Amino acid sequence: MNSPLDSTVLFQIGPVQITQAIVTTWAIMAILVIGAFLLTRRLDLRPTRRQAALELMVATLDTQITETTGAAPAPYRGFIGTLFVFILVANWSSLVPGIDPPTAKLETDAALAVLVFLSVIWFGIRAGGVGGWLKTFAAPNPVMIPLNILQSLTRVFSMFVRLFGNVMSGVFVIGIVASLAGLLVPIPLMALDLLTGLVQAYIFAVLAMVFITSAIEDGARTQPNIDLALSTTKKDS
Amino acid sequence: MDYAPLASIFCAAFAVAFGAIGPALAEGRAVAAAMDAIARQPDAANTISRTLFVGLAMIETTAIYCLVIALLLLFANPLLA
Repeated sequence: MNSPLDSTVLFQIGPVQITQAIVTTWAIMAILVIGAFLLTRRLDLRPTRRQAALELMVATLDTQITETTGAAPAPYRGFIGTLFVFILVANWSSLVPGIDPPTAKLETDAALAVLVFLSVIWFGIRAGGVGGWLKTFAAPNPVMIPLNILQSLTRVFSMFVRLFGNVMSGVFVIGIVASLAGLLVPIPLMALDLLTGLVQAYIFAVLAMVFITSAIEDGARTQPNIDLALSTTKKDS
Repeated sequence: MDYAPLASIFCAAFAVAFGAIGPALAEGRAVAAAMDAIARQPDAANTISRTLFVGLAMIETTAIYCLVIALLLLFANPLLA
């Protein structure tokens, strides 16, 4: 049986090995971009049925973001939405025969987690400036600096190990059962895999939002003006 | 006789078996508490279930770590290389 930690190399471009997961990722990216372009090409004030369905999805996403962050969803919609949709499509791509989901490989999940790590830094710096962002590591007091640095690394690590472990174990179990029991037996497991894929995509997006929110709130707390402004807006709403 | 493969396989099985106990109990408690909370306050079901999912994911991570360790022992064992 193939090790789930290995990846199949399809071909090489120079020194770079192109694995199957990368090709699947490219295909998913192309499908998502072209699909999004085609679906949003003709938007109208009086929505068609297709546009209404899309607006419903975006509105649900916005509600989730607002409930989690307590802020306006616009700055996060693109990143969080793309994360969610990409991971969802990647997890469900195991339904297509012969395709392994790219999220069942360590590289893809590590890349996604690095994206979240960088975006936490980016949103944190945007909210509190570089100084404010660095000060968040010394909160609540400077003794915590090593622990805070460690925490910002380990939570990203746990994010990608979680996604990898869940998706990979699903694929692995289906492989084992299919090799033991033939054609129709793995179907309930595949249905369970669909649910796991959805929940994992949701959790990855929610956790990314939670991390970004905590960076922003910590950054704002070190700056008294923004803190005042935040508290007044919270009172108004 | 070389005991390294034997020990790795046993340890992988033990890692998964005992690593699953703690998260299983913890997830059961978390779900039970969430059910209780939803029964008391059905209005807050959305918030509760969202928090529950995130919490379950956190708890589940420990089990997943055990699974990853088991896979490392089986497929990427430095002692067997």
